[in-house]
Amino acid sequence: MFDLQNVTAGYGGKDVLHGVSIHIKKGERVSFIGKSGAGKTTLLQLMYDKNRSNTAIIPQDWGLVKSLSVFHNIYMGKLNEKPTWYNIANLIHPMAGEVEPVREIACKLGLEEKLFTPVGSLSGGQKLRTAIGRAFYRSGSVLLADEPVSAVDDHQSREVLQYVNDTFETVVLSMHDVDLALEYSDRIIGLKDGQVVVDTPTRGIKKSDLDKLYLN
Amino acid sequence: MAKGAVTPDFFATENLVGTFFNTVAFALLGVAFGSIAGFFLTLVFHHRAVKVFCAFIRAIHELFWALIFLQIFGLTPVTALLAIAIPYSGVFAKVYSEILEEADTAPLRTLHPETSRLSALLYARLPDSMPHILSYTLYRFECGLRSSAVLGFVGLPTIGYHLESAFAQGNYSEVSGLLILFYLVIASMRWWVRPKLLPVYLFVSMFAMRGGAEINWENGYRFFASDIVPHPVRVAENFDLTTMMGLLEWTRKLIMTQAYPGLLETIPLTMIALVCTGVFALATFPLISPLFFGARLRLAGHIFLVIIRSTPEYILAYIFLQLWGPSAIPAILALSLHNGAIIGHLIGRRTEKHELRQDSSTGLNLYAFETLPAVYPNFMAFLFYRWEIIMRETAILGILGIHTLGFYIDSSFSDMRFDRAFFLILITALLNIGIDWFSGFLRRRLRLRTTPDDGKS
Repeated sequence: MFDLQNVTAGYGGKDVLHGVSIHIKKGERVSFIGKSGAGKTTLLQLMYDKNRSNTAIIPQDWGLVKSLSVFHNIYMGKLNEKPTWYNIANLIHPMAGEVEPVREIACKLGLEEKLFTPVGSLSGGQKLRTAIGRAFYRSGSVLLADEPVSAVDDHQSREVLQYVNDTFETVVLSMHDVDLALEYSDRIIGLKDGQVVVDTPTRGIKKSDLDKLYLN
Repeated sequence: MAKGAVTPDFFATENLVGTFFNTVAFALLGVAFGSIAGFFLTLVFHHRAVKVFCAFIRAIHELFWALIFLQIFGLTPVTALLAIAIPYSGVFAKVYSEILEEADTAPLRTLHPETSRLSALLYARLPDSMPHILSYTLYRFECGLRSSAVLGFVGLPTIGYHLESAFAQGNYSEVSGLLILFYLVIASMRWWVRPKLLPVYLFVSMFAMRGGAEINWENGYRFFASDIVPHPVRVAENFDLTTMMGLLEWTRKLIMTQAYPGLLETIPLTMIALVCTGVFALATFPLISPLFFGARLRLAGHIFLVIIRSTPEYILAYIFLQLWGPSAIPAILALSLHNGAIIGHLIGRRTEKHELRQDSSTGLNLYAFETLPAVYPNFMAFLFYRWEIIMRETAILGILGIHTLGFYIDSSFSDMRFDRAFFLILITALLNIGIDWFSGFLRRRLRLRTTPDDGKS
């Protein structure tokens, strides 16, 4: 699915990743952990850029269009499948044939009643679930998500991560919370200063084994 | 004249209602068409050719466009409509593109790579930029009202037409009456400009304008195919060396006798006006700032600035020229007051968000040591933005008799030498494009932004 060999990348002439090699197979549930600035976001974006046509991403802060409804935000995942004029018409007046599949996704995410509410007026958890709906509508199988649950409470986080694991085949997350990462992934990749320093199955790992990632 | 100013006469003008209706309708239709055309240009604005085209059409002042279209459509609503819509679409294309560019790119990145450009724009960029776009369009409508009023000076049936004739007859009460009504129209915009009412307004305006134009296609064809072709080429039988030499001589003469003297007057006048604009803005922004004055004095400050910035610089210059005769001083004064009031207003509003320490100084010390340093980058950015506008206006004030480029253009039009007029308009446009580019370069170089620093950049 994702295959990076000795990749070096960065912005504006400054390298953020140094010689990173990662191989992720279909069906894996991987979490990237590490201090902020360790290169998690860059790595996710890189993986996304190499597989844009069959991967969905939830960027940090979720990348939603606040003044559009939940329906439109989810529908956005498949804009490429319809002609432009049809998308314009659907923006002005949502078509029944398009609403139905989106409504189904929204129902599973508990957003049914909010389907035509602008995303800007939703709670953090609802926004996150809209972003997941969009990602699901777009790819349905592969999800990259950059710290998706760092702005919602523990209860919501667990609910959402469970849902993500149940619906997507392959899941790659960057995680702020190590406990949640251990609980909801089967492989942990630890980054430090732009390099992979831990790459291990989750089973049998204790939180303290990962402490070295957070030390200076 | 002073007596006229304090004894406004609101009913001296013939067909007062019709005049205001025309002024508003031309502005409404011109801005609406300009906004729609500008939006479509935004879709292709990433092409260099489109950028240059937009820079070119907005570099030519509404009055020059009006003078051109007068030759084709005569004194009809079509002339007024095009004179506003064309330069405004160039402005809209640029500003809409800038607004869309500043929008959050995160939603865009989540889309499938094969999503069409237009779909991506409409879904991922436009919705969250809409409030900015609407408020800018509304601001432009206010500018459109001023443009529309000024179009009266070339004979179109708007307020400017009656202002000029009232002035000519020394009927100063009528002048002040018209101006006061015009301020009221602008000041009350927030109550009568409603998105829901817009279709109604547009429909009424279109309906009232219909049949206004008997378009003389022959005139139009002759204008573009023959009138604006340089004289030596037009009269030549074939394009040979003699014609070529004639054209060179024609160009040389036009540059030496008109373009060069015009530039020599336009550029220094612009620079002086720019500096005076800055001084006036820095002197007046405290008038509306809560850091310096209480609510009652601030209200007076607001009214003062609203009046000055609602009066088009063209009309201000016209009034000052009536008072002091033709010289550069009235022009500089008009330009500095109008533009200074606009910047003063923007900067003053910005200081409303400043929070003071409990032990901060007051009065002049506060101004010099805290407020001014805080707003200065913003202020400079606005000033550079207005540079191009001041240049455009300086050129146009030539029509009033100051020997800037507009003077030579206007004389060429009245002599029916359209080839010369067209050539000089091109020079003026190039000058504007140059200033626009240079001011953009300086702003980037000095990292000046008109938006408050949000720590992101």
